Amino acid sequence: MSIEVEGLSKTYGQQKAVDNISFKAVPGKILGFLGPNGAGKSTTMRMLTGYLQPTAGKASLGKFDTQLQSLEMRRILGYLPENTPLYTDMYVKEFLNFVANTYQLSQVESKVKDVIARVGLGAEQHKKIVMLSKGYKQRVGLAQAIIHDPEILIFDEPTTGLDPNQLTDIRELIKSLGKNKTIVLSTHIMQEVEALCDQVVIINKGKIVADSSLGGLKEKHQTDSLEDIFRSLTN
Amino acid sequence: MYAVFKRELFSLLNSLMAYITIGVFLLVSGLLLWFFPDTSILEYGYAELNGFFSLTPFLFMFLIPAITMRSFAEERREGTYILLASRPLTEWQIILGKYFACLTLILFALLPTLLYYYAITQLGMPKGNIDGGAVAGSYIGLLLLGSAFAAIGIFASSITKNQVIAFAVAVFLSFIAYSGFDALSKIFAFDKLEDVFAWLSINEHFLSMSRGVLDTRDLVYFSTFILLFLGSTRLVIGGRKW
Repeated sequence: MSIEVEGLSKTYGQQKAVDNISFKAVPGKILGFLGPNGAGKSTTMRMLTGYLQPTAGKASLGKFDTQLQSLEMRRILGYLPENTPLYTDMYVKEFLNFVANTYQLSQVESKVKDVIARVGLGAEQHKKIVMLSKGYKQRVGLAQAIIHDPEILIFDEPTTGLDPNQLTDIRELIKSLGKNKTIVLSTHIMQEVEALCDQVVIINKGKIVADSSLGGLKEKHQTDSLEDIFRSLTN
Repeated sequence: MYAVFKRELFSLLNSLMAYITIGVFLLVSGLLLWFFPDTSILEYGYAELNGFFSLTPFLFMFLIPAITMRSFAEERREGTYILLASRPLTEWQIILGKYFACLTLILFALLPTLLYYYAITQLGMPKGNIDGGAVAGSYIGLLLLGSAFAAIGIFASSITKNQVIAFAVAVFLSFIAYSGFDALSKIFAFDKLEDVFAWLSINEHFLSMSRGVLDTRDLVYFSTFILLFLGSTRLVIGGRKW
């Protein structure tokens, strides 16, 4: 199942946060969604999840339109929001149980157990979320996004604030998920794009300034440094 | 909806707030009904609970906003609402899940007061000499009044990030709905508006129920009232300016 975005726009008052963008993400190829702060990355992602209504244009996840078939669409979507908001007064297991129940999954117990093992939360699973370090909170965030085994994953800056060890773990996890799922992730870390992404979309001031494969982008700009490309496109 | 309801109820029961508000409610109503001479049933000498039923709406006016104030305001502040919004849950499921969790807590607060009823039936002369119908009607009235206040509280919580503002707005709106319209109907006595304001007042319908008569007009009033506020909540949540 793929993500298709067609002419999506979002206007706040006079300001165009996202201006007529179109792109496509397909299974098996992780799409890196880049852009400077305030370029409209999170707004776009929020529109993809149906949380925000686009001013114009449309987006579909798999065969579901994000607005017209919002409920069905949300069943196949896993989303990690920016800054990883969590119910910090809950215990890790309790929270994941709650998330599983909102999808009315069967065999909740075993699914929670699986996902805890998968994201490496084993040692912390009996703690309250508020007690966890940033890295472990991030893992809980990932766990709540993948517990229902969704076909489409949207990660809004999944690796901010992680130490190098945690970074490697989380990247490995995302990479393994990306083998057969459609993933869009936003990040500011260029090494991460190199390590994870097959396709790159760069937006600046709400408009798409680049959309190609990672290799294609480097070829076009005749440089190996993604950072240079990013700076030349968004400055 | 059940998942949201369960989470809300657990999180209410996990917070000290719920126990403090319920505890204060039971303490204050107990003190006023049994110990303070001015309002004590024992001093009053009649085997009836009228004092309790006229006092509780005013306690509810503070107790219920304290229970409901966090429901949406906290989600807004912490940015966690998006966790619910990206699940296959409709807005109504989210609102009703939270609403019923608050109602359950109100029920928990009311249940122990059945002890007062038992005490009075035992103290009556002869034993058991109490108007059971009126008490039952009053309890149903209290529950409906609580449901109406809870709907106000949920709405107040949806319009702000700040729990204190949510609390204050809910207390104010509950007060207007309970006493304000009553007062207005008295100001406009001998006027056509008198009936309109009297009909709008929660107190009017609550009194009518506490006579022990379940009138469909009162039930319609309370359901409309609750739907109006939960519907407004739906509009605020759906607008999603946050």
